[in-house]
Amino acid sequence: MDNYQSLAYFWPEFILVGTAIVAILMDLHYQRAQSYKVGYWVLAGFLLAQIAIFVQPHETLTLFLDSVAFDPFGRFFKTVIILATFFILVVSPYSNELKNYRTGEYYILIAIMAFGMFLMVSALDLIMVYLSIEVVSITSFVLAGYLRKDKRSNESALKYVIYGAFSSGLMLFGLSILFGLTGTTKLFEIRSALGQLDSSANYALILSAILILAGFGYKISIVPFHFWTPDVYEGAPTTITAYLSVAPKAAGFAILIRFFHTVFTDGGALSAANWIGDTGLPWPQLLAVLSVVTMTLGNVVALQQTSVKRMLAYSSIAHAGYMLMALPLLSGEGLYAIMLYLVMYLFMNLGAFIVVIAVKNKTGEESFEAFRGLGWEMPFLGMVMMVFMFSLTGLPPTAGFIGKFYLFAAVIKAGPQFYWLAIIGVLNSVVSLYYYLRVMKMMFLEGEHKDVLTTPATMVTVVLICLAIPALVFGIFWSPVADWVNQSLMFFTQGM
Amino acid sequence: METHILSWLVWLPIVGMVAIAFIPREKSEVIKIVAAVTTGLQLWLAVMLWLRFDTTTGGMQFMEQAEWIPTFNIAYKLGVDGLSLPMVLLTPLLSFLAIFVSWNIKKAVKGYFALFLLLDTGMIGVFLSMDFFLFYVFWEVMLLPMYFLIGMWGGPQREYAAIKFFLFTLVGSVLMLIAILALYFTCGRTFDIQLLIQTAPEALDGVLWWGISAIKVIWVLLFIGFAIKVPIFPLHTWLPLAHVEAPTAISVILAGILLKMGLYGLLRINYGMLPEAVWWFVGTLAVLGLINVIWGALCALAQTDLKKMVAYSSINHMGYALLGMAAVVAAGSIHGTNIGAAQAGLSGAIFQMFNHGTIAAMLFILVGVIYDRAHHRDINGFGGLAKQMPVYAGVVAVAFFAGLGLPGLSGFISEFMCFVGAFPVFRLIVILSTLGILLNAAYFLWAYQRIFFGKLNEKYKDLPDINGRELFAVVPLAVITLILGVYPRPFLDLIKETVIVIINHVTLYGGSIGPLP
Repeated sequence: MDNYQSLAYFWPEFILVGTAIVAILMDLHYQRAQSYKVGYWVLAGFLLAQIAIFVQPHETLTLFLDSVAFDPFGRFFKTVIILATFFILVVSPYSNELKNYRTGEYYILIAIMAFGMFLMVSALDLIMVYLSIEVVSITSFVLAGYLRKDKRSNESALKYVIYGAFSSGLMLFGLSILFGLTGTTKLFEIRSALGQLDSSANYALILSAILILAGFGYKISIVPFHFWTPDVYEGAPTTITAYLSVAPKAAGFAILIRFFHTVFTDGGALSAANWIGDTGLPWPQLLAVLSVVTMTLGNVVALQQTSVKRMLAYSSIAHAGYMLMALPLLSGEGLYAIMLYLVMYLFMNLGAFIVVIAVKNKTGEESFEAFRGLGWEMPFLGMVMMVFMFSLTGLPPTAGFIGKFYLFAAVIKAGPQFYWLAIIGVLNSVVSLYYYLRVMKMMFLEGEHKDVLTTPATMVTVVLICLAIPALVFGIFWSPVADWVNQSLMFFTQGM
Repeated sequence: METHILSWLVWLPIVGMVAIAFIPREKSEVIKIVAAVTTGLQLWLAVMLWLRFDTTTGGMQFMEQAEWIPTFNIAYKLGVDGLSLPMVLLTPLLSFLAIFVSWNIKKAVKGYFALFLLLDTGMIGVFLSMDFFLFYVFWEVMLLPMYFLIGMWGGPQREYAAIKFFLFTLVGSVLMLIAILALYFTCGRTFDIQLLIQTAPEALDGVLWWGISAIKVIWVLLFIGFAIKVPIFPLHTWLPLAHVEAPTAISVILAGILLKMGLYGLLRINYGMLPEAVWWFVGTLAVLGLINVIWGALCALAQTDLKKMVAYSSINHMGYALLGMAAVVAAGSIHGTNIGAAQAGLSGAIFQMFNHGTIAAMLFILVGVIYDRAHHRDINGFGGLAKQMPVYAGVVAVAFFAGLGLPGLSGFISEFMCFVGAFPVFRLIVILSTLGILLNAAYFLWAYQRIFFGKLNEKYKDLPDINGRELFAVVPLAVITLILGVYPRPFLDLIKETVIVIINHVTLYGGSIGPLP
């Protein structure tokens, strides 16, 4: 479809750009103390974008001369991103960390970042892949360092920039090798060109795939590209940490799946048969090992943390590892499980971080100590945190269990050669139980009965309820999510 | 209601839990009454179920089925047979009595009883689920309230005990999850337990994973999960700690019901779905039973903490049940088709599960009684209490005698049946296990002597005797022990047909086949 025709399908993105522009103008209008109101304009823009996604024709097309995909797969991830953004936007005005800053730009940056992620989940062109990742990265660098007066926030931004720049450099190198081998930037054409290469190109191809994987891996914090994660997550404002741990991660998985699927499999059939041609490298095993290392490192290091926020940072690495487990299978079930898991993960992980925000608002701390006896004083907070912690552990009847269940089911289905992966995966969730339970222990097992009970701000309470209910209900009745994922995957753009 | 009696049994405690959630936390008396009424109703339902239970068939009864997640073939399916009925009776009974045992709880009453009722649903759900996914959900749902009940209301080391319990059980259950999924994908994509029992033996026959028979792999994964719950040596180390640190009522539930889940799981799942592996594993099972018997008894003998002694006696008692379960192979042609022995052993094992439920519950309640008064449980720290607390001494005597397997009390019959069943096949093991009976008598009698005879400890000259509420919790259990000890027939009739079904099923797939690869 040519550029002009494509515009008709580009409404959600237009709305986001418009939102950013309106927000910039409104920011000029508001006083410093009122600047949080920009957030409401952005919120309205996101609602409009979601409506636009909803009313768009449910077709499978490629836009802008095959450089952007328009399919249910992209729509799925866009909705996930909007959902995550929505919760963050609602909670942000109630975070004490941001109280001392003018927050207009904060919301504007979030809008731009979401725009970048929209492109990321639908990129079908090497240039688009690179540009969209850069848009997301650069806005997140600024957001991570948003607390100018806080040393750790500055540190986090700087680390993020260095790692981000380095890994996107690597990725760019990988992309250019791919371009050099095939002479085109369009993913579909690359695939057919790769099919005609002989084995003399194998080393270049392997190198290129590894470098590109490094770029994507950095976005979803796979070990060994994860080193930025704990420091950035710890230093960034907690709202941004929560956002980074969900939305860009989802977008990262989307681009990883789309890229590797479009370029390195033979289209149509979702099978593991043609996993990067015959480069002679055992890719599934390699990815499986990466996944095992990622989850194990995330879990083991999370055990030793004293800050809940940092613990959650490592736990999010572990969760990336769980999701990665289903990728090497390259089966329909594997992708299905990853997407389902992302939905469940969105609710539980955002919820856990928002509880941290509420605790920090109250105690000014985010260490385990700050949680001591909190279940007795703020029973509501304790209860929802219990739901999120058990959900993150993956215990029934919570959403996290269903997510893990589908992941493990996909792995087991792939056959006995992957059983070891499943066994390591489940044992890892036992390890994770220990540190999630530490939060529960601090909240309930320590401390005393309190006569006066307190609750977080009303809006925070509402958001927490909105997150806790799906985290519980999807553990018992998840058919709607399963159907949604199923439909999104059915019309996944495989080729033209 | 008639047709949905099992659903009511499962969900009634949840109704009570929701009700408790809406009661203001100051009204602790109301909360306790709601909890008691809920479990009381559940007990009444269980008795109704028992009265309507058809003892002439070994199959599932009172089946309920509904679609849950059709895309994954997950169903909501409940059913009861002779294997689960004793447990379905025991669970509400002990829950009901445990509510009265925990009447003195002061700390966070609302939370305690709400969690207790959630635990109740989890437990009875495990025994009634006929869908493997549902079974797993209930199996895991139990862990959460148990963690908090031990961790918040337990003794000095409660936090360590709670997390140890949780981690141990979770390791077992996640391995079980892998096994469940492996069964699902190799046996025609179903979680239906009944269907899997029919199809799994055929579907897994000859399947090799890395050169090992798939049957063995799945057996081992499931076995670890269940063995941790039983607990079978050497996976038992969580038990003494958890039982000792838990509040009395929770120790009652742990010993009375949770341990039985492991045995129930082995009989229902392992014996049902992997009958061929029974023949491969049964020798190990008998040896593990022997180790449990001897090790549990020796450890109990060494304890000075009364509760710890009782906890180790549980390990010992579970050993007898394992021996009884191993006896099932006596029905095979290679062991002379001795169906009588197999029947005695398997019935003995199920009977032992029930009896240990009542006896251990009694023992833990009685330990709680003395602990509430003296605030310690050191066996050597008492003395001469028989004069001071005559009624208590009498009840403890009944419980201890039941525990050591005195003829005339129910424990004797079930242990005897286990021995009789296992003897034809595992002669040496059975002979060695009888040593356990001797050791049992030694530690129970020795403890009794130290606590109740001799000179009265001056500190305890004002100790009040057991009160009405506590007697109310113990006497029903003591009566059951006495009746079943003299006249076990009604109980054995209840399980007879199902036992035959299990024996036939296991025999069908073994005895003639060669060793598994």
